[in-house]
Amino acid sequence: MDIRLPAAVATDDERRAVDRILGPPTTGWEGGERRRVDGHVATGGHAARARRHLLLPVLHALQDDIGWISDGAVGYVCERLVVPAAEVYGVATFYGLLSVAEAPPVAIHLCDDIVCRTAGAKELFTALADTVGPEGSSDGSRTWHRSNCLGQCDAAPAAFVQAAGEGRRTVIRADLDRLAAAPTDDREPAYAVIGDPVLTARFGAADPGDLDAYRASGGYVALRRALEIGPDAVVAIVEASGLRGRGGAAFPTGRKWRAVADTEAAERLVVCNADESEPGTFKDRMLMERDPFAVVEGLTIAGHATGATKGFIYVRGEYPDAENRLVAAIEEAEAAGLLGDDVLGSGFPFHIELRRGAGAYICGEETALFESIEGFRGEPRAKPPYPTTDGLFGRPTAVNNVETLAAAVAIVAEVPGAANTKLFCVSGHVEAPGVVEAPFGVTVRELLTVAGSARPPQAVLFGGAAGRFLAPAELDVPLGYEPPSPPLGSGAVVAFGPGVDMDDVVQRIAEFFRDESCGQCVPCREGTVRQDEALRRLVAGSDERGLIDEIARVMRDASICGLGQTAAEAVTSAIALGLVGGAR
Amino acid sequence: MTDRHTVQIDGVAVVVEAGATILDACRAGGVDVPTLCYLETLTPANACRLCSVEVEGSRTLVPACSRIAEDGMVVHTGSDRVRHARRMILEFLGAAVDLTTAPELLEAMAAYGADPSRYGAGGGSPRSSAVVDNDLYVRDLDKCVLCYRCVEACGDDAQHTYAITIADRGAGARVATEFDVALPDSACVFCGNCVAVCPTGALMVRTEFDMRAAGTWHEDVQTVTRTVCGYCGVGCNLDVHVQDGAIVKVTSPFDHDVTSGNLCIKGRFGWTHVRAGVDGS
Amino acid sequence: MFGAGGGTSSYEEIEHTDLIVLWGSNARAAHPIFFHHLLKGIDNGARMIAIDPRRTESAAWADLWLGLDVGTDIALANAVGREIIAAGLTNDDFIARATTGFDAYAEAVEPYTLEHAAELTGVPAEAIRELAHAYAKAPTAQLCWTLGITEHHNASDNVFALIDLALLTGHVGRYGSGLVPIRGQNNVQGGGDMGALPNKLPGFQDVADDDARRRFEEAWGCTVPAEPGWHLSQMFEAMERGDLRALYVIGENPAQSEADGTRARRALEGLDHLVVQDIFLTATAELADVVLPAGAAWAESEGTVTSSERRVQRVRRAVPPPGNARDDTDIIVDLARRLGHDWGHPSAEEVWDELRSLSPIHAGMSYRRLEELGGLRWPCRDEDDPGALFLHGRLWEDPPRGPKAPFTPVEHDPPKDELTDDFPIRLTTGRHLDSYNTGVQSGRYRSPRRTGGTIDLSPEDAASLGLAAGDRARITSRRGSVVAPVRIDRSLRPGLAFMAFHYPEDVDTNRLTLDEWDPKSGTAEFKATAVRIEKEA
Repeated sequence: MDIRLPAAVATDDERRAVDRILGPPTTGWEGGERRRVDGHVATGGHAARARRHLLLPVLHALQDDIGWISDGAVGYVCERLVVPAAEVYGVATFYGLLSVAEAPPVAIHLCDDIVCRTAGAKELFTALADTVGPEGSSDGSRTWHRSNCLGQCDAAPAAFVQAAGEGRRTVIRADLDRLAAAPTDDREPAYAVIGDPVLTARFGAADPGDLDAYRASGGYVALRRALEIGPDAVVAIVEASGLRGRGGAAFPTGRKWRAVADTEAAERLVVCNADESEPGTFKDRMLMERDPFAVVEGLTIAGHATGATKGFIYVRGEYPDAENRLVAAIEEAEAAGLLGDDVLGSGFPFHIELRRGAGAYICGEETALFESIEGFRGEPRAKPPYPTTDGLFGRPTAVNNVETLAAAVAIVAEVPGAANTKLFCVSGHVEAPGVVEAPFGVTVRELLTVAGSARPPQAVLFGGAAGRFLAPAELDVPLGYEPPSPPLGSGAVVAFGPGVDMDDVVQRIAEFFRDESCGQCVPCREGTVRQDEALRRLVAGSDERGLIDEIARVMRDASICGLGQTAAEAVTSAIALGLVGGAR
Repeated sequence: MTDRHTVQIDGVAVVVEAGATILDACRAGGVDVPTLCYLETLTPANACRLCSVEVEGSRTLVPACSRIAEDGMVVHTGSDRVRHARRMILEFLGAAVDLTTAPELLEAMAAYGADPSRYGAGGGSPRSSAVVDNDLYVRDLDKCVLCYRCVEACGDDAQHTYAITIADRGAGARVATEFDVALPDSACVFCGNCVAVCPTGALMVRTEFDMRAAGTWHEDVQTVTRTVCGYCGVGCNLDVHVQDGAIVKVTSPFDHDVTSGNLCIKGRFGWTHVRAGVDGS
Repeated sequence: MFGAGGGTSSYEEIEHTDLIVLWGSNARAAHPIFFHHLLKGIDNGARMIAIDPRRTESAAWADLWLGLDVGTDIALANAVGREIIAAGLTNDDFIARATTGFDAYAEAVEPYTLEHAAELTGVPAEAIRELAHAYAKAPTAQLCWTLGITEHHNASDNVFALIDLALLTGHVGRYGSGLVPIRGQNNVQGGGDMGALPNKLPGFQDVADDDARRRFEEAWGCTVPAEPGWHLSQMFEAMERGDLRALYVIGENPAQSEADGTRARRALEGLDHLVVQDIFLTATAELADVVLPAGAAWAESEGTVTSSERRVQRVRRAVPPPGNARDDTDIIVDLARRLGHDWGHPSAEEVWDELRSLSPIHAGMSYRRLEELGGLRWPCRDEDDPGALFLHGRLWEDPPRGPKAPFTPVEHDPPKDELTDDFPIRLTTGRHLDSYNTGVQSGRYRSPRRTGGTIDLSPEDAASLGLAAGDRARITSRRGSVVAPVRIDRSLRPGLAFMAFHYPEDVDTNRLTLDEWDPKSGTAEFKATAVRIEKEA
């Protein structure tokens, strides 16, 4: 590729950051020393361009080590990866956690989403503005940004802190002292169970860093059984279980695995979607932090069942603890022969690579996730073709959510109730926000009760920002995949107590979609903006219900992906229930 | 799988080759489907969604330009859902973008009853204004509908120079060079293949831009003559646009397999020696 | 090739081939739209290997680049051939059925071991081996070249060395496999088609062929000499000898485009009579006794040109020629009338139809068909003939029709302008993307990319010469000396410098180059000059 480099040159620190991922350059053509032989031979072409997927890891390394991505650094990335400078820039500017403007070492991302903003985040903004300066400004050592939901609703108000140079990324329950000092993580995970625990059985019972503890509590029974009975039988068990995707789309997992297994392709892939970003949702994070081996085992079983020899875990960038747990679990599993060229001596080779997201809700959409792993902007692809035939790197790919894989492990291990259990995330105005495991058929009211809902909520948002506000009668509907149950979405249950400014909450949801639209298709890029504007006018007293409905229709009908298709659900449901604007 | 598929388009059976899109089927059946980001020589970007049609059994509308027609598919191109989606898309664009040099879009807006004034003044996606940083072509992002055509033409679909990208995201998404440097400082090689595919005049050759500004651009009196480029031996076909006896612009036909509408800097811009003769300069 | 002077393949084939070998060509800059087709091939999965002294913007796309020393192409090609034979990768059926002279070829290349070639070319032996194996094993392969092969004193030998490789492996005469010289000028192929070669009549019919000559004599009512005429380099020698006293130049600028420009100008100045027909008052025209102002062929006249894929396409008049300028045909017809031959006022189509009546390979190309089909590739023998995508398919018939294709053994012969302590740096020349030839046309639009005439140096050479970017350097060869600003170019290795030749008014590169020309093609050795570079005070 004929690469034109920016005039600026990378600093030694920037080169070190990039080399940390790629190793040192071996020739003068990729930014190393110009050797005599380089004048007479060079390699490149397809092999060089095939390394594009390392772009995001390299940009992460620069952000982690330097705190921002300079034009000189971009030049060195261009040389090393043979990616044009504009492409690097386009990718870097897509993600919220990457900065292409000079920035101080510490970046505080303070959540101001629907849960945290009703739990004190707004006061913290004022305080930060007073001490550091306006959002995005620097006091020489720190900058701060408002953030969409960080998936820490059980520790609201939460902040995610990037500290460059130290390579430290920390999530904290935010208060003024913690934000002023070097922050440390002292969150305490909260969870509850209705009925018998399946997915949360090891929470608090087994050390998530200890493979032996995992095995002692039933871990890797499922993989052994899978290797014994063979892929076909595994797929049949999962099909028979009726397991459906727990990420929100509820696609039957067995059918997905079958579709990938049935392709003729020489190479197939499995991906664990751990980019949990739906506001109000933190169950996948809890699973990864508390039971990481279950995720690794689940992906291994999915690989075996579908005929894939390689799996990727794409973990949300704001989930450093989950990432660290998974990295450690993968290493341990490799060391124990549970991953590698010959898993458990069965002849089945399987490797897992972990990739980190960089701050983009849209990358939870499976095809956007592929684009992100491949080193491109996380813009969703048109479907069809579907991932089961044309997925990651163009290979047939089974994408499963974290909880889905954990459930699959339990199902293959024949744990009683494995197919009938679901994780819900209860937060907002409840006494004990946290993950609640419950069997299907549970009601929202029961979930709220378990979490200690002291007062009847004014409103409940169910399923995340892409879900909807529930009518009072729906609180007692048994939850499941069929009507009259409302769509489960991500399993988020956010309660808003009396006194919460619902206009503010609903506008925040509209703002969320306006922020997180990738901008690719017109209905979503323009529609989310116009919805936000119309909602503000509606709150101010103008009757915009007709227009909002028209905007909702085009977003739902004509957007390229689920983000745009669901971006109006919460807003329109809030209007219909009289929670916002015109009803008062 | 058979080689030919039968598709119902608005109740009429249309037979197409396997691999044809719904748009191909519509065109074969004489049914008009508006397009914006779609161009025969480019990979469908699926961005504008203007070609959305209703396919029975599909939860959402589908883009006709990229969806492969399947045997037995039942397609409606004029349903209320379809018309509503198109009208809203046109309204969104009309409210956010200067479409004065996109007459086809203005006509479509009228045909679908799009009313951009409903969104009030201001608002919408933030945009910037015309950039004149070289002598050959001009970028006016006020007129950009983010159809991705220029990025594709500069990148994978033709030129493979990758001088421009989509930067940022959502409402802030825009076509940009790296760090927004001026084109002469970017990787741009000034082939103008981005200009050739721009549907709204957001990218415009300098001669046209200047003549429009001066009020002297008159397409109705221009002649277009097909010839072959005088530089190098590749044999690129040129369409020479002449007004008042002078060349005012050079393009290349999209339907000729040597260029597929593309040229290099010399072919697209290196014609001023001819006018120099006319001017006596 | 094998009798017909044209590339064997169509552009679409490079989009569907398995291996692209780009040898001595910076098509990315010099033939950008051909490179688009090449890029489609790469996107479709083709591997690309580039052979060029510089790692050009074209070579930067390659899976493997071989940076040979200037003028060592034959050594490299022969080593590739020897390796293919030694590794048992030859296409024996094809060689036996369709070629002659294999044994002599095999014997000739025997000394060119990988190690020996590595010494001669500078390219590591392993890379040469990889090229040989990749080319021999590819199901289909396109071998493309341009002036990096032909602007040498042994240009024809260079081409033969490449043809030999295609014959060894059967990479010719099949869809996706071929030999592809990309033409530098828009109608250099058409000039050959029309018989503007010293030894050919239109349609590549040999002047020595009595039957062919007789048909032309009948049509034209005159005698056609059976002896070949002079090519350009021979003409200049004849001028210097005094054998050539009058010259009629149409659309060329030899005062600036010829190698060793000082010598060329002296020869032109020594003529009794010089007529120049051009769209500009070129440096050559300024030396002329008579200047005939012509119209720009591509936009001010009617006719046809032939492209590098043998495709004949129509050019049309978009604007009238300015002032007193006239169409070339009108000028020639008028000149004929003054000389006593009334050819009437033939239209471009009438001239073309006469050509069709005499050149069988163009016979099927009516103006109507050319316009309807967007051009036709020759041979196109009648009006039902769709034209040929590729040539020499006959070699794959059993037995092949027509003469077999001969191997032509050739020997490495280094550049004539030797590197010595006084002239230690190898200067090679080429094109910039935004400019063309001597710049008389391309110099008139305002390209943001135009660098002007520079001397491009490797960072290492610049440092050792004490030169920084923008410094003025004096470049001296055995024939002349010019001054140019320095540009640092990382695609160059130490000892290799580069200049374009588009800016003769500022930097007259061809004052430096050597007019040692190839006896077979008449092309001069623009690509290999020995120079000394010094900082200009």
